Amino acid sequence: MGAVSRPRPSLLPAGSAGRGRPARWGALWAVLQHDRFAFAGICIYACFLLVALLAPWLAPYDPQQTILRGDELMAARPPGGGFLLGTTNVGRDIFSQLVFGARPALTVGFVAAFFVVLIGTVAGIVAGYSGGWPDTVLMRLADVAFGIPFLPFVIVLVAFLGASLWNIVLAMALLLWKDTARVVRAQVLTLRERGFVESARVLGASPARIMVVHIAPNVLPIALLYGSLAIGWAILTEAAVSFLGFGDSAQISWGFMLQDAYISQALSVGAYNWFVPPGVCIMLLVMAGYFISRGYEELLFPRLRRQ
Amino acid sequence: MTRSSSRWIVQRLAQLALVLWVIATILFLIFRLMPGNPLVAFIDPNFTAEQQRALIHQFGLDLPLWQQYLIFLKESVTGNLGQSFFYKAPVSQLVWETLPNTLILTLGSVIIAFLIGTVAGAFLAWKRGTAAEAAGISVVVALRAAPEFWVGMILLAVFSFSLRWFPSSGTASPGVHYASLGAQLVSVDFLRHLALPLVTFVLYLQGLPLLLMRSNMLDVMEEEFVVMARMKGLPEARILLRHAARNALLPVATAFALVIGYSLSGDVVVENVFSWPGLGRLLVKAVSSKDYPLAQGAFLVIAALAILMNLLADLVYTWLDPRVSYAKR
Repeated sequence: MGAVSRPRPSLLPAGSAGRGRPARWGALWAVLQHDRFAFAGICIYACFLLVALLAPWLAPYDPQQTILRGDELMAARPPGGGFLLGTTNVGRDIFSQLVFGARPALTVGFVAAFFVVLIGTVAGIVAGYSGGWPDTVLMRLADVAFGIPFLPFVIVLVAFLGASLWNIVLAMALLLWKDTARVVRAQVLTLRERGFVESARVLGASPARIMVVHIAPNVLPIALLYGSLAIGWAILTEAAVSFLGFGDSAQISWGFMLQDAYISQALSVGAYNWFVPPGVCIMLLVMAGYFISRGYEELLFPRLRRQ
Repeated sequence: MTRSSSRWIVQRLAQLALVLWVIATILFLIFRLMPGNPLVAFIDPNFTAEQQRALIHQFGLDLPLWQQYLIFLKESVTGNLGQSFFYKAPVSQLVWETLPNTLILTLGSVIIAFLIGTVAGAFLAWKRGTAAEAAGISVVVALRAAPEFWVGMILLAVFSFSLRWFPSSGTASPGVHYASLGAQLVSVDFLRHLALPLVTFVLYLQGLPLLLMRSNMLDVMEEEFVVMARMKGLPEARILLRHAARNALLPVATAFALVIGYSLSGDVVVENVFSWPGLGRLLVKAVSSKDYPLAQGAFLVIAALAILMNLLADLVYTWLDPRVSYAKR
């Protein structure tokens, strides 16, 4: 059980599958079978991914369309009568908005997580392996990123660069790489002294080659763990920014729906059918990220499994 | 205080000043290098020509960028953050007025969240393997994953608009004024206004201390001194409180700094849901009404607050755990 989760597959003792990679996938599968939470997390992601891809076919209406029946505007309808979750105060179908809202959420989540992992891993490897001034500079930069209050920074940046999903992603990439970089750096500091790196160095491999070929594959699992947490962060951040009114108004997102409900007095008239569903979707998606990272952590640190 | 500890504090302060300086520089660059004329950003077009000239001169907006930068640093250090377009008042005054509201809400919530989180975390560790534990963990994780403004909206709809138990916005009912901060803190009206934002914030913050306390307790419970205490036949409650909880608490204290860091992000959102007149609301209003001097000032003060609170958390931690030597940190 313990051996399969070592970071480097080729270091596995003979007999535990030998070829390495299949063993890791096997371990992943074992954890998924054993950990119902991680399994549930992956199922939730798969469902939302499917909804996002099939949105035009699943949504009965255009999410921006104000619906008329004859001459009557279908405004503030309760659920039922062709509207699964009712309509907004200007007659838009809430269910259709919810379905299309999965798209920006997943886009922001995955793209931001990708950049967080990419920047964090590169910075962590360079800082940890080369030491000296690159290390000092990168870690001081991480200190600064740590000192900047996250959401206020995102708001200011988005306000100046313009409201778009990509600027939200940019702001997150600028600040969130620091956690990944710190953990990766710590890992690299121990890897640097290991035998296989030492022998590569003796054989005359360049530092760049050592970093890319020998170190990177070994820190990737832990970087991905932070990436799976960053997905949740990114989705929550996009929702908060949209809720505060700095989101991309051309695109219906769950945060935008909540802002729309908030400023349209949905709270005082008790239109729960309007503002509860988007929050539930955000919550499910973020929880799925937690579940997966938990299962993933068990894969990386098997000692946790007994708890 | 020993010599090494005071030297450590000085070092820490120097480091913090450095970080704050870098943040101020980034802020300066964002605000000056953004598209369009910086004059437009800093001078309200509604000001008279004379006022405009005075402000241009005061901030040196007619000077080269590096000179503007030096002036900006000098003015920021002396507390002059410019003039708000929207409120027609000095930014420093506006920030100063809203600061207590933010501090009360943030610090109050963080402290209550940690108290509840540690107790509930210890309880869940004690209830390990029961249905109560599974239910408790699910609720905690769900609350951690829920957007805090959405939780606030639900509380607002239920307890304010539907049941009418609590007011929906602000810090005071119309016409109510407080003689002093102390009088405000104990007034029923103020506490009723504080209740919903505070509960929202606590629900958002409690997850980290709770989960951390739980897993620490589980670790500590397996250690030899706990087994020993059990063998001696000590009552379970005593083992839990005297032996296990005390040792499980330290890592929770470390997390304090972390939580304070992200609590200011949560603060911005919670303040806006409940129209709580604090720094976060000020920042959002400033940014959406393109009140650049106010946005810059509010951001700078929030950043300074985050950094100061981090230092405070560090000091508390070294005080709690003397094993952490100042020199090593």
